[in-house]
Amino acid sequence: MGEKGIGARVARKEDQRFLTGNGHYTDDLQRNRQTYAFFLRSPHAHAKIRKIDAAAAKSAPGVLAVFTGADIAEAKVGSLICGWVVKDKNGEPHKAPPHPALALDTVRHVGDPVAMVIAETAAQAKDAAETIAVDYEELPSVVNPAKALAKSAPQLHAEAPGNLCYDWELGDKAAVDAAFAKAAHVAKVDLVNNRLIPNAMEPRAAAAEYDAGTGQYTLWTTSQNPHVTRLVLSAFVLGIPEHKLRVIAPDVGGGFGSKIFIYSEETLLTWASAKVGRPIKWTAERNESFVSDAHGRDHVTHAELALDKDGKFLALKVDTIANMGAYLSTFATAVPTYLYGTLLAGQYTTPAIHVNVKSVFTNTAPVDAYRGAGRPEATFVLERIVEQAARDLKIDKAELRRRNFIATDAYPYQTPVALTYDSGNYAGAMSKALELADYAGFEKRRAESKAKGKLRGIGLSAYIEACGLAPSAVVGSLGAGVGQWESAQVRFNPTGNVQVYTGSHSHGQGHETTFAQVVSNHLGVPIEQIEVIHGDTASVPFGMGTYGSRSLAVGGSAIVKACDKIVAKGKKIAAHMLEASAADIEFKDGTFTVAGTDKSVPLAGVVFSAYVPHNYPLNELEPGMDENAFYDPANFTYPAGVHVCEVEVDPDTGVASIAKFTAVDDFGNIINPMIVEGQVHGGIGQGIGQALLEHGVYDEKSGQLLSGSYMDYTMPRADDLPSFDVGYQITPCPHNPLGVKGCGEAGAIAAPAAVMNAIHDALAPVGVQSIDMPATPARVWQAIQQANTKMAAE
Amino acid sequence: MYNFDYHRPKSVADAVAALKKASDGKLIAGGQTLIPTLKQRLAQPSDLIDLSGVAELQGIKVDGKTVTIGAMTKHAEVANSADVAKTIPALSEMAKVIGDPQVRNVGTLGGSIANADPAADYPAAIVGLGATVKTNERSIAGDDFFKGIFTTALKEGELIVSVSFPAPEKAAYVKFRNPASRFAMVGVLVAKTASGVRVAVTGAGPSVFRVKAMEDALAKDFSAKAIEGVKVPASGLNSDIHGSAEYRAHLVNVMARRAVEAAK
Repeated sequence: MGEKGIGARVARKEDQRFLTGNGHYTDDLQRNRQTYAFFLRSPHAHAKIRKIDAAAAKSAPGVLAVFTGADIAEAKVGSLICGWVVKDKNGEPHKAPPHPALALDTVRHVGDPVAMVIAETAAQAKDAAETIAVDYEELPSVVNPAKALAKSAPQLHAEAPGNLCYDWELGDKAAVDAAFAKAAHVAKVDLVNNRLIPNAMEPRAAAAEYDAGTGQYTLWTTSQNPHVTRLVLSAFVLGIPEHKLRVIAPDVGGGFGSKIFIYSEETLLTWASAKVGRPIKWTAERNESFVSDAHGRDHVTHAELALDKDGKFLALKVDTIANMGAYLSTFATAVPTYLYGTLLAGQYTTPAIHVNVKSVFTNTAPVDAYRGAGRPEATFVLERIVEQAARDLKIDKAELRRRNFIATDAYPYQTPVALTYDSGNYAGAMSKALELADYAGFEKRRAESKAKGKLRGIGLSAYIEACGLAPSAVVGSLGAGVGQWESAQVRFNPTGNVQVYTGSHSHGQGHETTFAQVVSNHLGVPIEQIEVIHGDTASVPFGMGTYGSRSLAVGGSAIVKACDKIVAKGKKIAAHMLEASAADIEFKDGTFTVAGTDKSVPLAGVVFSAYVPHNYPLNELEPGMDENAFYDPANFTYPAGVHVCEVEVDPDTGVASIAKFTAVDDFGNIINPMIVEGQVHGGIGQGIGQALLEHGVYDEKSGQLLSGSYMDYTMPRADDLPSFDVGYQITPCPHNPLGVKGCGEAGAIAAPAAVMNAIHDALAPVGVQSIDMPATPARVWQAIQQANTKMAAE
Repeated sequence: MYNFDYHRPKSVADAVAALKKASDGKLIAGGQTLIPTLKQRLAQPSDLIDLSGVAELQGIKVDGKTVTIGAMTKHAEVANSADVAKTIPALSEMAKVIGDPQVRNVGTLGGSIANADPAADYPAAIVGLGATVKTNERSIAGDDFFKGIFTTALKEGELIVSVSFPAPEKAAYVKFRNPASRFAMVGVLVAKTASGVRVAVTGAGPSVFRVKAMEDALAKDFSAKAIEGVKVPASGLNSDIHGSAEYRAHLVNVMARRAVEAAK
């Protein structure tokens, strides 16, 4: 490990431009003769569109065009797609109702786009939109997933009777039933996994331009995966050939999943740029983001865990209703199935597991992957029920987990829910976490809090995630419409510096630094001479993008493969230069050496020779030093760990504050500990946000989004969070060259269960049995009052 | 934001004249509510009359036991004033917890109370300290100033010039913030004054109100214990996704007790 190689806390290269205001975001774009789009959106949760009168808007000052659903249908703009086919219990594919980019005859959620106005200025577009008269016939709506399946529930799509998208299951139900029949104890929980609204710092934005001379479209968009955007728009929605569509995702200010998807706005901008013949730009206002970004989570679950008399887990059964929202977003179907049900073994040897998921349509914004995507929901179910069982059986919660952990020598470990874990040391992480958290000293701290009139609780969350998405053959067999490899190109310039192209987009994760460290480590090139380039389909090889904590495990591995090719070619060139056999050439720290001699040539010399091949084996070797690689992982990676949360509740106000938060994570090898800590901190912040603060709330009667601004949607702030104690258990991933597992989502996956377990532990002494997320002060206070009333009655 | 005509008068008289002349004019002080309202196109005034250039609306004066604050005085100026801190510490403390640093450095006393947001902090101080609001036309007792949600006793063309706060024997303001907006979900100012005890509550209801039962109990015994059992009726209080009326009623009691304990 050098000062800037693998394992070094290298300051992020990209922060210089971000922190000095020199980033280039989509909204910064100023194209010649640029126009602006504004989207008129439905104010209703559910309504028929009787008529749209846009005549006044079309002749309003500055307006170039107004398009409605009818125009889009006439132009044969395709439906937005969901790219993952989930098969239900009977093998039937999920119900896939059309998702028009502009509503045709029905609006199905508040914010559903109804018309697009394009004008010389953003204000003119907005002014004109206000003159569009839409004659709506309001229909009854349903927003609560648990109510969407009722016979009397309003129906959203003719294609999905009963609002059911699919009724999916995984696992051996007969084995589970048999295990429950002989169980000594059954723990039960009813859980709501609250709806979250992503709120990336940069709202979604897009700009599109059509070159009539070449027939080339260019789309700038806030995307986590520009190639996937291009593929979907080309092959499924707009029919523009891929080679005639360039997609650029410039600097992007956070995604958290919400910028994976292909939305109406960038689709329509691209299409309309040719119609209007001028560049068009759109940037979401924050209130648009609230109603139109894909939301996260929103599950209702009943789960039961069967245990024997010693606390060994015998079987788990889980029934979940998952909210899809009004339409299927790009990967919506996969989130509550293959990213959820498959994780329900957790870190435990539970031999039989059955999960049933009914996904439903409701009159709400579409729900899709959000930091963790399915895995936070799985961890929440499992870790809440494990602590419920510990409380029921009066077994220490750490001890109960230890009794059920998969042993460190059991890998590869086949779970009953499809995954094969590759490596781990769960007991090791647990020991470290308990020590760091001073678990042993907790009761003393609880007593101290009690003396001050406060209720203190401690909770654990032993999570696992499947990251490094994904082995293409596996996800293909499960219904994914794409492969999930990653690409890399390592291109030396004649002067010895390097451009590294990656298909894995960076929008806050620090790839430009981490990936440079990987290349520096493998090739011995100083980090300052390495430029990591991503986000432009015109320059970067086709790549699958950034999600599922995959960038380093998959994209980083592709870079290593490309570096290996550079070294292999370099050895041949060096052999020629040093008049030796290639087999005798060793490469270390940027220098090729003839083994056992002092004859050597630096990589820069080899590169120069490759580009100026005056003395070069041209009959055997091509000139140039520019290598491509694609890497398709052999398995998922399985980051895991234990998070410990300690809360202190003020029973007078219901305020639960985080007194202490400890995270011990196993991410395999770590390239840049500072970036990893940042990812862990951010993830925990979002996890605490889910547990205590954030809640996307739709009004059950009107279907209006009640938490549609920061006045009502509680984003976590610095003073809501403690300083985190972070530690590591390092078990390298055995099947990728860096031995890395991924760290981007762990905090958001682990933290909600840890926090909620701590709150249940704190409130158990006053008789509170169950409280849902977010555990807001009002809810905590209410739960205490109800417990008091119940105790008084008893 | 829609278009409007902008004016920046130098005197109260010019401001009032501009307001009267406009077809649908609005005064703008710190703009902490008005600007977001305009940006969201929720209001379309014909004219905006900016009061930031009116010198006579600025400044803090302490005269013996009375603190007089000009309507255009920013929250941060009140929070940072040594004179205010010395004469009415509760007022100083209250100003320190309004909004966030950005809001405190732009928002003004006059703007806040003229807007009469039910979750604003200042109304608790106006009523709880028994302040007097001076306008270009008259003086209005603090108790008579707030008339309901976003409604005050101000008449058309009437403009707040300053507010005078008499120093209490002791007082404190304690609030429970809405977790999302950080506005006061319940803010209670308790003051022991020469003319009796005042308990003023902001945030909990549609407008600031006094809790007589607490005032009576505290008049006999100015201690947190004295009001422990005094329940505030939940009926008429606000209820939303952040908390029920019952929760707010409960918080009034908790905050009032904490204010009594903190009073200085």
